[in-house]
Amino acid sequence: MKIKHQIAISDTGFLFNPATGESFTVNPVGAEIINLLREGHTWQEIIDKITEMYSVERNSFEKDLHEFAGIMKMHQLLDKDE
Amino acid sequence: MSKPRYTIAVTGLNAIDSPGPGVAVIRGLLEAASFDARIIGLAYESLEPGIYMPNLTNHTYQIPYPTAGTDELMERLTYIHSRENIDVIIPNFDAELYSFMKLEPKLKQMGIRMFLPTFEQFEERHKVNLTKFGEKYGIDVPLGIAITDPAEIYKHEKELDFPLMVKGKWYDAYIAYNMEQARNYFNKIAAKWGYPVILQKFVHGTEYNVTGLGDGKGNTIAAVPMRKQYITDKGKAWAGISIADENLMDLTRRFVESTGWRGGFELEMMKSNDGRYYLMEINPRIPAWVYLAVGVGQNIPEALTRLALGEKVEPYTNYEVGKLFIRYAWDMIVDRSEFENYSVNGELKKDEHGKETL
Repeated sequence: MKIKHQIAISDTGFLFNPATGESFTVNPVGAEIINLLREGHTWQEIIDKITEMYSVERNSFEKDLHEFAGIMKMHQLLDKDE
Repeated sequence: MSKPRYTIAVTGLNAIDSPGPGVAVIRGLLEAASFDARIIGLAYESLEPGIYMPNLTNHTYQIPYPTAGTDELMERLTYIHSRENIDVIIPNFDAELYSFMKLEPKLKQMGIRMFLPTFEQFEERHKVNLTKFGEKYGIDVPLGIAITDPAEIYKHEKELDFPLMVKGKWYDAYIAYNMEQARNYFNKIAAKWGYPVILQKFVHGTEYNVTGLGDGKGNTIAAVPMRKQYITDKGKAWAGISIADENLMDLTRRFVESTGWRGGFELEMMKSNDGRYYLMEINPRIPAWVYLAVGVGQNIPEALTRLALGEKVEPYTNYEVGKLFIRYAWDMIVDRSEFENYSVNGELKKDEHGKETL
């Protein structure tokens, strides 16, 4: 899963897609996931890092991450081949 | 080195809920880096806000409506020129452009320059001819049919399907969800703007606009795309954001290059839900939101003025992405004498502080 390189995200979780002009706000965990994606981490690495940092069941987080990825895909925030 | 000072006359001072571009154009001219501008307002109605706004125009003159004919307009412009010695006129209404285009050679002889599309360009991109235009230049355009009789809506119902757009020759556009609405809008538009009325296939998606400037030789001098963020009930952008979309920029450059577009323009685009761009309209003039382009680094009114004066203008190559314009309403308090002066004399002069002078 790769996020489009031009997507900008601020520390406050405000996300702007310069190609479409759309903007979104995500919570701190969402921002963290997006930053990990931007740094090039894989799906598994993201799961490892987030479940290490927060007290969350691996299965439960994986399900949430799938849903989050679906929303990002819907808003065209992911690279086309994803 | 001192900057040249130009006297520039501008129309479209109706900064109302569906605004004319004049005030935004003037703001660009007053911020021009390459010259100082002395602004002459040209207005039709006595309540156009730009007439009274402080620090905008030096002098505003009433001009006759396009329906009065070009002779009357010429007579009025000759009078104004004798008083103000105009260098450039920037007309900003679709409905007046034809008259100004017709007068361009005469005005040029008098020393007044403009930078307008050619008659061919003006006609070819007209809403009535847009479908053919799309076919000719390989640009996706939703099917559009010009009609003069509401009975024709029945004839084209199957090809267009509901909802469909009902559009006026010059202005106004409505979405009709059924035959009754389509007939009502047809009558409403025909009564206001005359015939033909255009039926256009509705495209679901997001609205994007591009404002730009062509040098008449196929070069794009300026182009800024914007996503409409907040749309009024008249379909006008009340807020928008500059974006970076290469597809839109390519399409814009292709439009300018293939038509050899001369002058300012606005492309109204719809990005359908499957990601295709459809050209909905081409406005042959600077749009009301042009100050966003100025604000992100492309002063289109300034560049257009320089082209009109025959100067060589280098194309703008970039702009700031992610800047918003947000329009607002602001009540001015205006002395009755100013309104009276303009209404009775057909002109209003302001001093350097924007105050009325007699």
